[in-house]
Amino acid sequence: MSTQNSQQQFRDPQARQPGDQGERGGARGAVRPDALGSALGWFGIGLGATELGAPDLVARAIGADDSAVSRTLTRIFGGHKIAGGVGVLGSEQPGRWLWGRVAGDLLDLSALALVAARRRVTGAGLARPLLAVGSVVGVTVLDVIAARRHSRAEAPGHLVHARSSTTIRRAPQDLYRRWHDFESLPTFMYHLDSVRTTDGTSHWKIRGPAGRKIKWDARIVEDRPDELIAWRSVGRSDVRNAGTVRFRPAPGGRGTEVQVDLEYQPPAGAAGVALAKVLGEEPGQLLAEDLRRFKQLMETGEVVRSEASPTGSRPASRLLRQHPARPLGRA
Amino acid sequence: MRANCWLGRGEVEVRQVPDPQILNSHDAVIRVSKTAICGTDLHLYDGFVPTMMKGDVLGHEFMGEVVDVGHDVETLRIGDRVVVPFPIACGRCNTCLAGDYSLCENSNPNASLAEKILGHAPGGIFGYSHMLGGFPGGQAEYARVPFADIGPIKIEDDLPDERVLFLSDILPTGYMGAEFCDITPGDVIAVWGAGPVGQFAVASAFLLGAERVIVIDRFPYRLEMARDNSGAEPVNYEESDVREALLELTAGRGPDACIDAVGLEAHHFSHAAHSYDRAKQVTRQESDRPFALREAVRNCRNGGVVSVIGVYGGFVDKFPMGSLMNRGLTLRSGQCHVQRYLRPLLDRIRNGEIDPSFVITHRLGLDDAPHGFTTFRDKEDECMKVVLTP
Ligand SMILES: NC(=O)c1ccc[n+]([C@@H]2O[C@H](COP(=O)([O-])OP(=O)(O)OC[C@H]3O[C@@H](n4cnc5c(N)ncnc54)[C@H](O)[C@@H]3O)[C@@H](O)[C@H]2O)c1
Ligand SMILES: [Zn+2]
Ligand SMILES: [Zn+2]
Repeated sequence: MSTQNSQQQFRDPQARQPGDQGERGGARGAVRPDALGSALGWFGIGLGATELGAPDLVARAIGADDSAVSRTLTRIFGGHKIAGGVGVLGSEQPGRWLWGRVAGDLLDLSALALVAARRRVTGAGLARPLLAVGSVVGVTVLDVIAARRHSRAEAPGHLVHARSSTTIRRAPQDLYRRWHDFESLPTFMYHLDSVRTTDGTSHWKIRGPAGRKIKWDARIVEDRPDELIAWRSVGRSDVRNAGTVRFRPAPGGRGTEVQVDLEYQPPAGAAGVALAKVLGEEPGQLLAEDLRRFKQLMETGEVVRSEASPTGSRPASRLLRQHPARPLGRA
Repeated sequence: MRANCWLGRGEVEVRQVPDPQILNSHDAVIRVSKTAICGTDLHLYDGFVPTMMKGDVLGHEFMGEVVDVGHDVETLRIGDRVVVPFPIACGRCNTCLAGDYSLCENSNPNASLAEKILGHAPGGIFGYSHMLGGFPGGQAEYARVPFADIGPIKIEDDLPDERVLFLSDILPTGYMGAEFCDITPGDVIAVWGAGPVGQFAVASAFLLGAERVIVIDRFPYRLEMARDNSGAEPVNYEESDVREALLELTAGRGPDACIDAVGLEAHHFSHAAHSYDRAKQVTRQESDRPFALREAVRNCRNGGVVSVIGVYGGFVDKFPMGSLMNRGLTLRSGQCHVQRYLRPLLDRIRNGEIDPSFVITHRLGLDDAPHGFTTFRDKEDECMKVVLTP
């Protein structure tokens, strides 16, 4: 069994195959904004809508004059905020849109500075624009926090790649067929809670700590019978990920070499924390245990249990959580 | 049920534990009729094998009656009398099919732990640490036996338990040690260690056609047993120089093959040498004391075979690699692939070619297991082999 973990550029796992020239660009999945990100997204949409619909109200609130110019400017700002909010909530990369919001905040601040300067010249009070500056600065701080958090999660360097392989004494077609039955993957992939398939899309679920569910939908992106299955998350997934399993005959009639590559982008926020708890420090080791159980299943018909590891093989790091090697007793 | 549990270095205790149950569909549960204490248990007892846990049930040499079978078991029925081999093997992986059962690729659920320590993982073994699977052992009233169609051999005639019990381990182990030597007519074989494993290595070397077998130990009663039962020529290393004795007995050639049936707790006649390795062991600079192994390598004839059936757990110091390499020696080793030898050795027992019960010196109840451990470890009361009846 061989295993590796690495953190590297999010690339199509298929492009990793030595000698394979077919680089296919970035894998696409979607990352949802965390709670702060979505709150800011909705806040932007709300404020933007007010600026668009009632520019005069907004202008008065910040102490600008009720001129046609300032109404138009306010409308433009509003449109920008709505687009930004929608971007944060709906795009694949909320982090970028949050940085867009930060840029918008800076525009707001410079506009407010102009307003204040004008009022100073005209001798009007500064209370209103300063109050507005205060709130915009507060929002800017939140936008920066959210944007940094998201872009860290979206940064290419944060991608986790795990690879593991094993040799199984079965024909490639048997292994291919068994793996293709995604719904039965949880029999040997213990971190999966369930996989359901409906017309071409599979719905994957992991149960995290405290019953928290992490979900994603995936589609098969390449399917070569008895050779290869590649899948990738689509739509609004909790975790962007892609995986490939390859089956090739082992030399000298030794069965089939099975190699799995997984890539995923840990999500920001609570979902990310939950996922990290499930996958642990070494996702490669977890994958190696999945493959060990797959091999047991395909060669012996079942996952092998000992009293110390009653549910089957687990990573070495979990030794401390083992039972002593003595009978378990009736549950 | 009652079971002999490991509690820590030098401490075992017979405790009440739950009865075993079927966990896999290829399992059987055995009511243990006889079980034994092995030299390997002493390594666990003395704390030399990593990944033991307080409360682990010991014992890998046992036999008994089938009392329950999982729904995929095909060859065994309730009531069958069976001897259980100590390595757990699936019988379906490439390694099992090649006959190397103790290296089964599927029987060790804690393989990743063994990989960390050993590089790659061997198969599972009953009552023998977590890195070898975390399976409870057979020094108990009952034991669960995984892959019941692959391991246990049915004993259908009325051979008494004591004649067949050692098929579980030490008889095949001694036999494999001799088989490693590729014995041809005229060969002289030297065996380090006259414990139960050494006794069967000696007997097997003769069965396989050795001209002469030399046995090396320091306990006269053990050397005498090898001489009287199998016709070995004893060398007591506390009384004579091993190298000189071997040169003399082989007219300067050196033994054609050397068997290490001592393992990692070897003793050294020179107090200074013993203290050197003991100190390294205690300070964890080496885990195993390889006196017998060093001697076996250095004394083997040019181009000969060194057969290591004594157990080692980790690392040794001052291994004479130069001697091994420059003189073209072959090193062979392994936990015994017991399943390979069950049928042919049962036949030899049935034919009367060998009666393994000659090594038994102590017959105790299971509850006396702790006493059995100290007696066997300290070689008190001329102890050779302890058999327990639950
Ligand atoms: N490979 C296997 O599958 C397998 C199976 C069973 C046992 N074993 C191993 O075989 C070894 C022997 O087992 P046993 O049950 O006979 O144990 P044992 O303790 O009864 O025998 C060991 C003997 O070696 C002797 N000895 C110690 N130092 C020596 C030295 N420097 N030179 C010569 N002799 C020396 C001791 O006096 C003792 O008689 C152990 O290491 C055990 O773990 C291996
Ligand atoms: Zn043994
Ligand atoms: Zn196997």
